[in-house]
Amino acid sequence: MASSHGTPPVFNNKVIAWIDHRLPIFSYMEKEYHHFPTPRNFNYFWNFGAIATVMLVLMIATGIVLATNYTPHTTMAFDSVERIMRDVPSGWLIRYLHMTGASFFFIAVYIHIFRGLYYGSYKSPRELLWILGVVILLLMMATAFMGYVLPWGQMSFWGATVITSLFTAIPVVGDSITTWLWGGFAIDNPTLNRFYALHYLLPFVIVGVVALHVVALHVHGSNNPLGIDVKGPQDTVPFHPYYTMKDGFGLMVFLIIYAGFAFFAPNYLGDPANYIQANPLATPTHIVPEWYFLPFYAILRAIPNKLGGVLAMFGSIAVLFVLPWLDTSRVRSASFRPIYKWFVFVLVADVFLLGVCGANPPEGWYVPLAQIGTLYYFFHFLILLPVLGKIERPLPLPPSIADAVLKKNAG
Amino acid sequence: MASSSIPAGGHVDPTRRDFLMVATGAMGAIGTIAVAWPFINNLNPAADTLALSTVEVNVAPVQVGQAITVKWRGKPLFIRHRTPEEIKAAEAVPMSELRDPQTDNSRVTDTAKKVRPEWLIMIGVCTHLGCVPLGNNPGDPKGEFGGWFCPCHGSMYDTSGRIRKGPAPLNLAIPGYLFTSDTLVRVG
Repeated sequence: MASSHGTPPVFNNKVIAWIDHRLPIFSYMEKEYHHFPTPRNFNYFWNFGAIATVMLVLMIATGIVLATNYTPHTTMAFDSVERIMRDVPSGWLIRYLHMTGASFFFIAVYIHIFRGLYYGSYKSPRELLWILGVVILLLMMATAFMGYVLPWGQMSFWGATVITSLFTAIPVVGDSITTWLWGGFAIDNPTLNRFYALHYLLPFVIVGVVALHVVALHVHGSNNPLGIDVKGPQDTVPFHPYYTMKDGFGLMVFLIIYAGFAFFAPNYLGDPANYIQANPLATPTHIVPEWYFLPFYAILRAIPNKLGGVLAMFGSIAVLFVLPWLDTSRVRSASFRPIYKWFVFVLVADVFLLGVCGANPPEGWYVPLAQIGTLYYFFHFLILLPVLGKIERPLPLPPSIADAVLKKNAG
Repeated sequence: MASSSIPAGGHVDPTRRDFLMVATGAMGAIGTIAVAWPFINNLNPAADTLALSTVEVNVAPVQVGQAITVKWRGKPLFIRHRTPEEIKAAEAVPMSELRDPQTDNSRVTDTAKKVRPEWLIMIGVCTHLGCVPLGNNPGDPKGEFGGWFCPCHGSMYDTSGRIRKGPAPLNLAIPGYLFTSDTLVRVG
């Protein structure tokens, strides 16, 4: 999107001007975060990219501080976490912020993904932007999974056992791959060490992919609730101060809720079994992952075949990579798609249903429910979206963002 | 490849240049793999981890009908002293009913080919996703087939440790073991 402010900024401060002449970071910030023309009709769903970025920074900051007191060894890991909780000054707070932060990072990202699904943000020309986002989601899942192993509680150990054992489903080489991942014949000290190394590394990889995500975003600019392209300066406002303020306000509300959990219910989203030290000889009666993995866990268990379950679980993420080509409708925003508008909420309900199934033991009604939920999940992406785009009759699109906004304000 | 950039009138042998390009590329790829290998191999089990892979167990105190759990290679090892009824039940199962058909006899044979049907020695790790099945301790649920029951995803094993119901694809694994005397068994 061409900037309406073509002239490079002039800096009055001599030091800034000197630096900018040699390394144009200040011009870059001016162009991309100050004058950057942004659709004038964002709603609060457009806060969550910024919120997720702040959560990423928060997770890295609290994580580095935790690492200074954590010991990655099977005999000491659990105790070192308890020491952080009891003896290290402010250790309890840093750990609770990190623990609860993981949940709130996922909350922000899941809302961000829902925004993309509802307003068709993945459609041309933003396909690569969307795919980079799915890469970030996968990296987050890997990071969260390995981080959960580090306190070396019962759920750490058995969650890790179940998830790494997924690879034994691969024909012929599955067992060798699993032994290689473990560095032994079971989850043990070599596994803990490598998970710690990777848990420290991956957040910085995420930062790199987020940078690419933002670069790709700034090529064509943000989508907007109407899903129509920006047609001229009358459709946009500068990013600062309009959206720095709006993002800032949304961020504060989000952080208040986050802080509320971190201070008053830090263990509400976690599993109490993880306060029991890992015991390789006794499986807890009911292994559950953290809440943000429950829908995928339900898909894994819904298929009564080991390899099939593993493929379905990975497939549930993989399908998102090709979503831009599965959705055949050329209208982005669900506001103008009278049928899709309802089905996108059916999908959300389906994911919640899968989450409930994943949280409960695979018995009784939960088995067929999880199977129906899994079937619907894939039906939505693989059959409904391609067909709906062909048969749905979208509502007429407004001529421009400015036109729609002014009409709405007049009425 | 390079042929498009040959200047008019100049003489360059394109096949020779192509050969050099391919040969250099191939050497580069082989070199990269050779350098990558130690990094990949580094993640495999270390010598000290492998050295812990043998355990010797005295089974004399295990009474008929009892079972014990021993740690081996970081995993639980189930040693069950089966009752005559359990042995009979395991032997009576027709092969056609089994998902992973194995005779009971083949599961109680040590590495010296000696059959001891009273001792069932298995790795106590569910072949579905690696949980430890219940059934070794008194009072544990043993599932519908009197053997083991995995609490994670509901797999059930019979008195020979064979998968009978649930998502697990295979029978509980039998490690290589040898009875060095009537009461001493070496596993691994």
